Amino acid sequence: MKQMKSLFNLSIAGFVILAMGFFGAVKADPLKVGFIYIGPTGDHGWTYEHDQGRIAIEKSLGSKVKTTYVEKVPESADAARVLTKLASSGHKLIFTTSFGYMNPTLKVAKKFPNVKFEHATGYKRSKNVSTYSGRFYEGRHVAGLIAGKMTKNNVIGYVASFPIPEVIRGINATIIAARSVNPNVKIKIIWVYTWFDPGKEADAAKALIDQGADIIMQHTDSPAPMQVAEKRGKLAFGQASDMKAFGPKAQLTAIIDNWGPYYVQRTKDVMNGTWKSKDTWTGLKTGMVTMAPYNKSIPADVVAIAEKARKGIIDGSVHPFTGPIKNQAGKIVVKAGERASDGMLLGMNFYVEGVDSKYPAK
Amino acid sequence: MKIRFEPRQSESRTVVFLSPLVAVLFTGLFSMLIFAILGVDPITAVYTFFIGPVTSIAGWAELFVKATPLVLIGIGLSFGFRSNIWNIGAEGQLTIGALTGGGLALLFYNVDSVFLLPAMIIAGIFGGAIWAAIPAFLRVRFNTNEILTSLMLVYVAQLILSYLIQGPMRAPDGYNFPESRLFHDAALLPTLISETRLHAGWIAALFFAVIAWILWSRHIIGFQVKVAGDAPLAARFSGVREKNVTWLVLLISGGAAGLAGMIEVSGPIGQIVPIISPGYGFTAIIVAFLGRLHPIGIIFSGMLMALTYLGGDAAQIEMKLPNAVTGVFQGMLLFFLLATDFFVRYRIRFGALRETPDKESSKKGVVG
Repeated sequence: MKQMKSLFNLSIAGFVILAMGFFGAVKADPLKVGFIYIGPTGDHGWTYEHDQGRIAIEKSLGSKVKTTYVEKVPESADAARVLTKLASSGHKLIFTTSFGYMNPTLKVAKKFPNVKFEHATGYKRSKNVSTYSGRFYEGRHVAGLIAGKMTKNNVIGYVASFPIPEVIRGINATIIAARSVNPNVKIKIIWVYTWFDPGKEADAAKALIDQGADIIMQHTDSPAPMQVAEKRGKLAFGQASDMKAFGPKAQLTAIIDNWGPYYVQRTKDVMNGTWKSKDTWTGLKTGMVTMAPYNKSIPADVVAIAEKARKGIIDGSVHPFTGPIKNQAGKIVVKAGERASDGMLLGMNFYVEGVDSKYPAK
Repeated sequence: MKIRFEPRQSESRTVVFLSPLVAVLFTGLFSMLIFAILGVDPITAVYTFFIGPVTSIAGWAELFVKATPLVLIGIGLSFGFRSNIWNIGAEGQLTIGALTGGGLALLFYNVDSVFLLPAMIIAGIFGGAIWAAIPAFLRVRFNTNEILTSLMLVYVAQLILSYLIQGPMRAPDGYNFPESRLFHDAALLPTLISETRLHAGWIAALFFAVIAWILWSRHIIGFQVKVAGDAPLAARFSGVREKNVTWLVLLISGGAAGLAGMIEVSGPIGQIVPIISPGYGFTAIIVAFLGRLHPIGIIFSGMLMALTYLGGDAAQIEMKLPNAVTGVFQGMLLFFLLATDFFVRYRIRFGALRETPDKESSKKGVVG
């Protein structure tokens, strides 16, 4: 009797499981996609654009996805905690959108082999960790040409975050381009050692303007430097996002990070089971980097130079790091006619000629 | 009608320890109100924020990981705060401790020795203590305000970290990114529960609490520190040397912060990175006061503060609430703590000043 009962229970249990499987197949759960951000979504720069990418996923895939984000996650021991929390709460694809998340991402990915991870701007990959980044220096090249033509004092002020290769690359791309159209131009740099601190960023921009800069470029995430430039009647370039709202007169153009298409594609890959670990590093050509509309105040001949370069980069005829390129000491690092390799660009740790600052910490 | 605040004749010990609980209660009530205004169900929200994170072993493990540096530094600081020595620079001492302790791991990279970890612990404590010795020396020798010197040294420490991580300590094969190598296994703190991040650092924090408790309640050092803080004149008459107390409390708090830094890099982080602490040295000041400067109290307040971070994660992931909610909670907690503290020491009186036999003491009341 007892045996009969347990057999009966077993068959009911079996039936329930079958039924669950059946209904599960009919109505698939939405794919949960998670994001961790270094700044607040309202930074109007780096994090804002990643969040736009997240929204693009929701718009394009609708009820088939569910996205979550955690903002202002410090690049300390906290990152792994938040990632673990996302992975263990059913997120199957997680984007980690700052360099400092690299090792935490790999650590957590090891514990969750069925979850796919996408790390922005890093270089370490594994079976379930991909990397991706934009060739932002292509945008810097276009901006550098405009800056070289538009500056009157021949001083470009640069608000920089951390001396990592990506930022150094941006500075070098800018000065190489600017000097190609104006050999007298110089670049002054202030390191603020933060990605997002509107107060510090604004102070740096003010100091640069006081030192004679009439064009402000930034590699930080808030529009504060743009606002300073607007207020002081100077010119500036938007960073990561179109910052025209913060400097309608000041913004010449902006280098926009456009993550949406990539994010949508990777989400579809996970849904279709075709996701593979890989490295993606593209720029103007694929549209991961785009330029904001040129300000009407830029003369037509300057726009023509900028557009020629932009189109040249897209069709491959122009490379922002084409030799001869000399370092600050005057030594040739890229020979005439040659192009810098991706390896050199990825590990760039020197300034090129024309940078009017000492290389930090070396 | 006039409202006056009169100082209480004596503070009840029970009330002193009860007031943080009242503050927590008020924070809970007001956060429910805020949740309701934000349009989310207050009960679910409070559950997600305060209880959800600790419904699993992994959750508790994360709570202890987050609380470890807060408790260590908080207890260290309590020595100074009890003796009126204001070490505001624990963040800097943490950074130096992480550099000396972690530096040893890099110096002996791939050396498998059981002595490496103990040596790193000593180096971490030593590094933090040295960094705190600077304000101690300046205070004892030149009577310099230690609040300013210790705080300014935070920025110096962070710049040293920034210099080392871009140069000598940078990983050789890391594309020049400002990060050290990942520590090898012998330089990593052992994990207490497998599959979690809970590391031996938590044991160190609890152990330090026990030592501190013994010092406070059973040892002459604790007594001297207390007397120096409560009654400096009496302390001087009874032969307690203020200079010695200054040195002692700064070295203890610096050493504890240094150890916390070493534990962060050798535990959950596993390498030296440009941002080792998201402000533990400053948050620990709140933790120390929330815990009534008592070692056991600080363990609980450290855990409570850690819970607000975990709750913040959960609120963002599960309820799509903004990160700012965490900051609001921490702010409310501190506000209510200060408010309840005020009422522990003062009472409200309505009406005009009464003639009392003890005229002097009632005059001291704050007229509001």
